[in-house]
This record gives sequence, C-alpha cells and structure tokens, in this order.
Amino acid sequence: MEPLVAELTQVEVEYGKGQLALGPFSLSLAPGEITALVGPSGCGKSTALRLLAGLEEPTRGEVRRTARRGETSVVFQAPTLAPWLSARDNVALPLELSGLPRGQARGRAEAALARVGLAGAIGARPAQLSGGMAMRVSLARALVTEPRLLLLDEPFAALDEITRRALADDVLQLWAELKPAIVFVTHSVEEAVYMASRVVVLTRGPGRIGGEMAIAGPTPRPTGFRTTAGFRSAVEAVSTVLAKGMEAAA
Amino acid sequence: MKRLTDLLAPLVLIAILLAGWEIACRALQVPAYFLPAPSAVAASLAADAGTLLASAWNTLAMALAALLIASLTAQALALLVALSAVLERAIKPLAVVLQVTPVVAIAPLVVIWAGIDNPERAIVALAAVVAFFPIFSGAVTGLKAADPDLERLFDLYGVGRVKRLLRLRLPSAVPYLMEGHKVAAGLALIGAVVAEFVAGSGGAQGLAWRILEAGNRLQTARMFAALVVLGLMGALLYAGLARLERFGLRWWRGR
Repeated sequence: MEPLVAELTQVEVEYGKGQLALGPFSLSLAPGEITALVGPSGCGKSTALRLLAGLEEPTRGEVRRTARRGETSVVFQAPTLAPWLSARDNVALPLELSGLPRGQARGRAEAALARVGLAGAIGARPAQLSGGMAMRVSLARALVTEPRLLLLDEPFAALDEITRRALADDVLQLWAELKPAIVFVTHSVEEAVYMASRVVVLTRGPGRIGGEMAIAGPTPRPTGFRTTAGFRSAVEAVSTVLAKGMEAAA
Repeated sequence: MKRLTDLLAPLVLIAILLAGWEIACRALQVPAYFLPAPSAVAASLAADAGTLLASAWNTLAMALAALLIASLTAQALALLVALSAVLERAIKPLAVVLQVTPVVAIAPLVVIWAGIDNPERAIVALAAVVAFFPIFSGAVTGLKAADPDLERLFDLYGVGRVKRLLRLRLPSAVPYLMEGHKVAAGLALIGAVVAEFVAGSGGAQGLAWRILEAGNRLQTARMFAALVVLGLMGALLYAGLARLERFGLRWWRGR
C-alpha cells in the first residue's frame, strides 16, 4: 500500500491565551482520496487545511506529511491572482518560485490553462476575467505543479450556483488526470457530497470530528448524479450529523 | 452636452466672480495698492510674463529636484524597513518626528548649513523634507499590502526575503507608490515656496521671491499675478500627476 500523503494525529491549535480553535482532531489522507471537510463557520476547517499545507504548526499533536515542498498546492477562497501578471504568468509563478526557468514555466502554464478551458485567455490580466474564469486560473496555478496534495479552501464560495457546479465538475475532471489527494473545505453539504469520496463533519469550534461518511459513486460524477436517491440520502445523512454537532456545541 | 456643462460650470463661476470684483473695485474706488482690479492683475501678468515664468520655472525645478531626492531616500529607507523589523523600529519614529516638525521651524538651520550663498540648496533640502513622508509612508504601507493569501502561496514554496520582495511585495506596492508620489509632488511645491519665503534671499529668484519683492514695493497687482501663476502651476502639476497615476494603474492592472 502507498504511504499516506498526510496525517494529523490528535492535533490541537490554540490562538491567543488558551483559546482552542481546533481539536483534538485526527485525519489521514490516502493518495488520490477526495475528502470534504464540512462544518459551521469558525470550526477550524481552514486551520486544519493550513496544518495540512504546512503553513501553520499545531500547538499540540503531530503532523506528518510525505508530500514535499512544491508537491502541495492550495486554492484559496478568492482567486488570489497577482493583478500585475497575465493569466499565464500567474500560473507559471509557482513553477518559477520552485526554480524552473521562465520559458519552461510559461510553456507548462499555457498547457495548464488549456486544460481548464482558458487557452484563449493566456494574456489576460485578472481584472479582465470574470469570477469564474479567475477561479479557473487559480485552479490551473494549483495544478501546474502536478501536486500530490491539493487543498481547496471554500474555493467557490463567492461564485454563482451555475459556475460553482461547472467548476466542481472541472475539479473532478482534472483530478481524474493526476489523481492528487484532495481536501476540500466547504459550507455546502451538497457540494461536499458531490465532490468527495469521504465527508468529514466538524463540530462547532473548537472543531472536532462529529462524524465521517463514505460517499459511494463513480468520480467524476455522471450527469444527473445530484438527482439520484444515493446522493439525496447522503446529503440528508451529512446534514443530520452536522445539525447534531451544532446542537452539541450550543 | 453634460461634458460641456461640466467644463463650463467652473469657468462661468470664475467669470462672474471676476466681474463682481472688477465692478466693486471701480465703483468703490478701492486703491490699487490695497486691492487691484482683475484688469490690473491681467495687465501686470502680461507685462511681467517673462520674469514670472522664469521664476515659476525656478520654483518648479527646485520642487522637482526635491521630489527626486525625497523619492530616492524614502524608497530606499522603506526597502530597508521592509527587510528588517529592527530597522523599522529604528527608522519609523525618526521619520514621524521629521514629518511633524514644521518646515518653517527647521528652515533657519538648514539655511545656515546650506550657506548663505546657496539658498537654492536650502530650498531643495527643505522641500525634500516635506515631500519625504508621503512617499515613505506609502512605500512602507504598500510593501506590507500584498494579499495575505499570495504571501501564503510564497510560504508554500519557501521563498526567501529578497525574492519575495522582488516578486511579490514591490509589485504589490506600486499603486501605493504612485499615490505617495502624487501627494508628495504637491507638497514639494508648497515646501519650495515656503522655504523660499523663509530663506528670504533673492538668490534663488523663485515665485515666492517675486511675491515678497512686489509686496515690499506695494506692487499688489504683481503679487496677485505671481499668485495666479503659482496656482496655475500647482493645478497643472497635480493634473499631470493624476493623469500619470491613472495611466500607471492601467498598466499595472492591465486595464
């Protein structure tokens, strides 16, 4: 069996004076697995993501990551593109930062933009792109390094429903090519069930695991997956666990 | 049509005010040394155009030299502050002290240091002091204004300080730098005029000196003429820089 991409063991994160934001919390990520983290605002979902990315250290507990530097990508809530760079140069940035010569980085960036359907926008600046397009550029930037671990922090929160759904399918299509382990943070139970093969529900802060559920079905999702009985019942089940976690904390 | 109205509205108001002023001066027979009529100011403007423009150029040149000096030192210091927290703590209080000290109060000292024979050096130095702070504070703010998520992206790849400065913080600071320079240019002009008054010597032959000179001779119309030139020069400088800023932002943002 391939080793885990990352593992959090009994981690706790405190902010300020003993203010527990997360934990104790444990999570292990197998290669190619898509995990959704769902939970109410302030439950520490984004904190868990930063721990997995190595952007933050836990106050207690252990973080083990086999994905090396440059093998982890993060897509943030906003597209977070550099306004002064073209779409292509934004996507090429992580490659250049890891030391690839500019020419090669740009070549790979153009290919990555083509994969997300933006071959025609390589010269465009972020200000010239719609919200959905900018998010696609951000996705291309995350995938251009062919990461083993892809962390998505509520990436579609600011987009309209149609764009959200289209992007969710895009992410799953792209996943099928490279099969990175994905951790996907979201508020939306439907989105979590649609995207993930496993949904982890966090309780209200400090976030602990309120429940965990495997989601059956092929990935990428076939057309009409949202209308299947399996999808509906999974959404119901996750919602029930989520509601219980909020009651328990209240 | 709307653009024409926008353009005409201030001109019409100015015309009405000038007409009222002219009529009042004539009807009340106000002495010319006390308040000259606009026609007298216009006549003085026409008669002294050569000297006034030459003096305006002197003042402008000193202000621009001051702006250049302020720009270089402020940005260099801001870079140091951005690279080292210790330097930030060391430099910032001094910069604030420099900013809150009235330029008029330090002018006599600077005039002594520059030497009585070099008033223009003192004027440039004083104007530079005034222009320094907006550029410095804009640059310091701008260098810290990079998107925190972009900073995290750079963290993810373990990017060091210098590369981060060049690839992220400096480009993020560009709009702040442009704003700082726009404000500083206006202040440099004001600083140059104030410093000329304090230096009080004819050596630099700027616009302020023309105002002082005309005032001493009770040539009030000429004082007004110099003021008109000064106001026009300031407005043109500001308009030019605002345009440059718009252009620069369009280049930075791509639209």
